[in-house]
Amino acid sequence: MKRNKKFMLSMLFLLAILILLLAPFLGMETISLKSIILSGSEQIKSNIFWKIRLPRILTAFLAGAALAISGMAFQAMFRNPLATPFTLGVSSGAAFGAAMYVKIGIIFSILGISGQAISSFVGAITAIFLVYGVTKVKKGFSTTTMLVAGVAINFFFSSLIMFIQYISDFANSFRIIRWLMGGFEIVGFSPVLTILPFVIVGSGVVFLLTNELNLLTLGEDIAISRGGDVKKIKLALFFATSLMVGGIVSVCGPIGFVGMMAPHICRLLIGPDHRYLTPVSFLFGGAFLVFCDTLARMLIAPAEIPVGVITALLGGPFFLWLLLSGENESRF
Amino acid sequence: MDNPIIEINNLSFTISKKTILESVSLQIYDGDYLSIIGPNGAGKTSLLKCLMRIYSGSDGAIKFMGKPVENFSQKNLSKLISYVPQSDGRIFPFTVEEFVMMGRYPYLSPFTSFSADDKKAVQKSLELTKTKQFCNRQLNTLSGGERQIVFIAAALAQGANILLLDEPTTFLDPKHEQEIYKILGKINKELGKTIISVTHDINSAALQSEKVFILKNGKINFAGKAWEIMSNNILEKAYEKSFTFAKHPITGQTIIAPETPPQ
Repeated sequence: MKRNKKFMLSMLFLLAILILLLAPFLGMETISLKSIILSGSEQIKSNIFWKIRLPRILTAFLAGAALAISGMAFQAMFRNPLATPFTLGVSSGAAFGAAMYVKIGIIFSILGISGQAISSFVGAITAIFLVYGVTKVKKGFSTTTMLVAGVAINFFFSSLIMFIQYISDFANSFRIIRWLMGGFEIVGFSPVLTILPFVIVGSGVVFLLTNELNLLTLGEDIAISRGGDVKKIKLALFFATSLMVGGIVSVCGPIGFVGMMAPHICRLLIGPDHRYLTPVSFLFGGAFLVFCDTLARMLIAPAEIPVGVITALLGGPFFLWLLLSGENESRF
Repeated sequence: MDNPIIEINNLSFTISKKTILESVSLQIYDGDYLSIIGPNGAGKTSLLKCLMRIYSGSDGAIKFMGKPVENFSQKNLSKLISYVPQSDGRIFPFTVEEFVMMGRYPYLSPFTSFSADDKKAVQKSLELTKTKQFCNRQLNTLSGGERQIVFIAAALAQGANILLLDEPTTFLDPKHEQEIYKILGKINKELGKTIISVTHDINSAALQSEKVFILKNGKINFAGKAWEIMSNNILEKAYEKSFTFAKHPITGQTIIAPETPPQ
């Protein structure tokens, strides 16, 4: 059993590396290995590879990986297959933070971290504590209460974003709309460097708390009786996921469903033990988003489909399947 | 007499202004097998949760081995006391062994994985509860009875000296019920662990345990030896209902039956 899991983990690791290595060569312009090593006649191709595709693919990987483990952490904490930063309004909270930043137009940064990322993080953490607050006020809340609260908060922030769009000028409004669709149309490595600290710190916390995530899936009562300091653990996880979601949403927009789908598929692959599930979700989520982004770049080339559209198109049916299959009853 | 292993002194507990427990005082001694009975909503489960510090804010009213519960970290507390809650039915598909292994969480320090000691403790509790035979099955594929036994095994693996159980036999068939009482008896007699079990099964409370506490409306209504509840209208006072006591024709054990008015 254990050996199986280690084998699966290493296979996935190899697969992720393979996708990371392969994806930058694919696209509207197929790039050969020769052209990125030898400069000269193929300077353009080399530029496309190093300045556009590579940072883009790294961003996609980091985003997918971090969103996947954020979703995984939410599903464990709320003990519900439908709980993710996306469904519970955390992404829209982050999106609202970022949209506010665009609208207000005061450009700032703290310790080299962009103001947009910071406002996203603030939006994300506000949304989390709103959902958590609602579930805490009403003692003995059901998961339905929590999901409904999340949906309500999601709507609330989405409306605020719409309002911001409405009162913005044409250019800003378009910027917000395009960014809301989610995507990785970035140039150069600065976006990668923007989200990197968010992802490192956030996923670091999640990777440290894998035993605790296992406990939380058993329910709060058992988690406490096993010696888990549930309040602190949840606080740390909320902080970590807000950090990741905030950082990523500020750069890539609210990319739907990766956070819900990836951990589910991984749970089917390797079981519910978070000591394995966390690295597997991280790798799978990253590889999956790179895959979706590659599709986004290639399907209607030379135009691009926003990657959020692709993940949502794949995620929507998956979401329905999950709701309809009786399986999730026994899994949670 | 020894010092009590658990001492509850004037414990009151409220949830959103509703009084759940009212000046409860109790002493529990090392090796006790204790049943807590009482009507629904009497505060039995809340008492267990206060002991396990799932509900906090007991304000120094609870002491373990002379030390207030607030002095323990949750990890240290759970090395002393473990808890088998009422099942809420939502189960992740962990295997039995993985699940029992999680009982060793209090002994885990960050950056380490389970040690040989942990594995030994898990094997021991799987053997004692006879769950080893299905240790690779997933929790969600077990029957209610099997699952309950596995939950006891996990609490046992935790290595605590005090075991709290919340309605361990509710919804179980007679065979699994007997099996659980057998295991609890073993844990109490052979391993010398203290057992505190909340139950609605008055007969088994009287027969299996040595002591019985009755809670009613958040207050201690009776505390004494188990056989004492079979007399003196103690049950009648607690449940506001008449009971009949009869002898089992074969075993000679006393059977407690609520009196049902003729239809």
